[in-house]
Amino acid sequence: MILVYDDTFDGLLSAIFDSYLYKLDSVEIRSVRVYQPEIFNETQEVITDEIKVKRLQKKLLQLFGISGLNKIFKAFLSESQDVENLLFYIIKTSISNNKSILNDAANDIVLSFDKLVKKVHREKHRMEAFVRFHLIEGDIYYANIEPDFNVLPLISKHFKSRYADQKWIIYDLKRSYGIFYDLKTVKEITIDLTTQNKKGIYNTIQTGQGDKNLLTTKQLKENNYTNLWNQYFKSTNIESRKNLKLHIQHVPKRYWKYLSEKV
Amino acid sequence: MNYERIKEKLEILADAAKYDVSCSSSGSKRANKNGGLGNSNGTGICHSYTEDGRCVSLLKILLTNHCIFDCAYCVTRKSNDIKRAAFTVQEVVDLTINFYRRNYIEGLFLSSGIFKNPDTTMERLIRVAKKLREEESFNGYIHLKSIPGASDELMKEAGLYADRLSVNIEIPTKEGLKLLAPDKDHKDFIQPMKAVKSNIEIYQSEKRLIKNTPIYAPAGQSTQMIVGATGESDKDIMYSAHFFYEKFKMKRVYYSGYIPVADDKRLPSIGTAVPVIRENRLYQTDWLLRFYGFNIKELLNEDQPNLDMDIDPKLNWALRNLHLFPLDINRCSKEMLSRIPGVGMKSVRKIINARRYRKLNWEHLKKIGIALNRSKYFITCDSTYFEKKDLTPLQLKNKILQESSSKYSTHLNNQLTLFS
Repeated sequence: MILVYDDTFDGLLSAIFDSYLYKLDSVEIRSVRVYQPEIFNETQEVITDEIKVKRLQKKLLQLFGISGLNKIFKAFLSESQDVENLLFYIIKTSISNNKSILNDAANDIVLSFDKLVKKVHREKHRMEAFVRFHLIEGDIYYANIEPDFNVLPLISKHFKSRYADQKWIIYDLKRSYGIFYDLKTVKEITIDLTTQNKKGIYNTIQTGQGDKNLLTTKQLKENNYTNLWNQYFKSTNIESRKNLKLHIQHVPKRYWKYLSEKV
Repeated sequence: MNYERIKEKLEILADAAKYDVSCSSSGSKRANKNGGLGNSNGTGICHSYTEDGRCVSLLKILLTNHCIFDCAYCVTRKSNDIKRAAFTVQEVVDLTINFYRRNYIEGLFLSSGIFKNPDTTMERLIRVAKKLREEESFNGYIHLKSIPGASDELMKEAGLYADRLSVNIEIPTKEGLKLLAPDKDHKDFIQPMKAVKSNIEIYQSEKRLIKNTPIYAPAGQSTQMIVGATGESDKDIMYSAHFFYEKFKMKRVYYSGYIPVADDKRLPSIGTAVPVIRENRLYQTDWLLRFYGFNIKELLNEDQPNLDMDIDPKLNWALRNLHLFPLDINRCSKEMLSRIPGVGMKSVRKIINARRYRKLNWEHLKKIGIALNRSKYFITCDSTYFEKKDLTPLQLKNKILQESSSKYSTHLNNQLTLFS
């Protein structure tokens, strides 16, 4: 039996709940994002249900505590192949033992789970560090990102409490959605990038280059700050201690695109 | 804002500030509760890394590099013929706020050359911090330098705006200080530390009684020592560090390998390699003292005044104490687990958790991620296979060195050719 869910965390919890509710044997859970119909396997679509989610969450909190549940959510955001069934296994085993297996550091399943959590957590931390805002029209601080994992839900709280007095947008170009803080709440948004591009915002703000003739005074001033930052970055380096291997380990090349000091 | 001028100042004054290795923005707790700008939540963030691999977390600059002192080891010393510049208070505030809003930094690290006298300098540093907190509602991280010789009153005020205060002791021995910085007095370094330490204690005890007591330097104090400038031993350095940890409740002591900045016959000549391995071994020792429950006398003493550069200090200690090993990984206490070479504190926690589920064997330990190349000679586990224990310490050391490759191999080779 294959349960197909809507690619949200709540959807996954509903699917797991259903497997207990209908006492299903040998269940596989798959996201609608990757699901392809199979001939020999029965398929059922899961309907995300808030009541089921709440009930399962309560059980999970009791088993794993808040930190364990956060880990499970992080692993889910890795979007890695078959993460659903990894999580399903961990939850199922813990429920039947009535004890969390997450501390069993020598268990292969837990090891691969820990690895996923670590990767996602590292990416979250990197995005908190590597987001570079540019002040654009409408007094909005804007940043593009392309994280390896879907970390926007994890970083939203950090940016909200830190930048409480400025409007900001962090846009995930890989997953085509962003979060927008309007001085009150954080909302998910999508931007039609093709029309925005014509206004020149997204071209010029990324590298501080673009067509100089198209730049407004505001953008010029904005580029000045980028340049001051680049200058600072250069001046604070100690040449006689150069260690590029360590440097690249800390700032892998795939992130350089949006770091003005590395462009 | 005159952009070109600011850029030039930034170039000079960031360059002059970079020899302060501390860039930490952790250890403070300052919530953004006034709807203002910024917070610090305990764990710092490195927003970038320089090409030398160091974290860039704060805007680290000098207010000015004009200085009345002539310390031989310092690039901004009076007699050095370099470009001088000075920021205004407002310029530093603007830079900090604008960098912070763009998520470039966690906050400001402001130091300064000493102009006129210590109090005038300290007062100017405080004005920057005060303006950031009161006029800009800034809750990000502020690290201020305590200027040696600054008055107790000013140090008291500084802690009300700064998260961390630090005085760099720079030279670990009094004799060395006399040689290299004849116009500075050892007491001048100690006095501001004392003032800050006692203020921290006063404010903390008041806080327990009166809830709205303002926070005072919540990230505590730190200091820095230059390594390899005066021929001091590792014991000199670490005993000084230990003194500062104990006596002044320092949050951190930093060790900075001396980078030659002057042609002075009292100092290593320009072009001498930075002692990076030694620096690393000192930090390892520092960690063993603070997190692994080691006593300084176990690691460095009269018979053992210097650290072994080839192997880490924990392995060195274990080789001198082979009678305590092997330890049974499935039974031994947390304290002893943390003393096994190649086992870090994270692994200690994992081992303790995992052995509740089953007896651990070599395969498990490998998966957990401990460095078996070193640890296997010091432990037994749920397996009939174990390493022979009849080697002498020296034989064992050579065996371990042969079987592992150091990330420092190029440095070590260079140093060998220097001495041969």
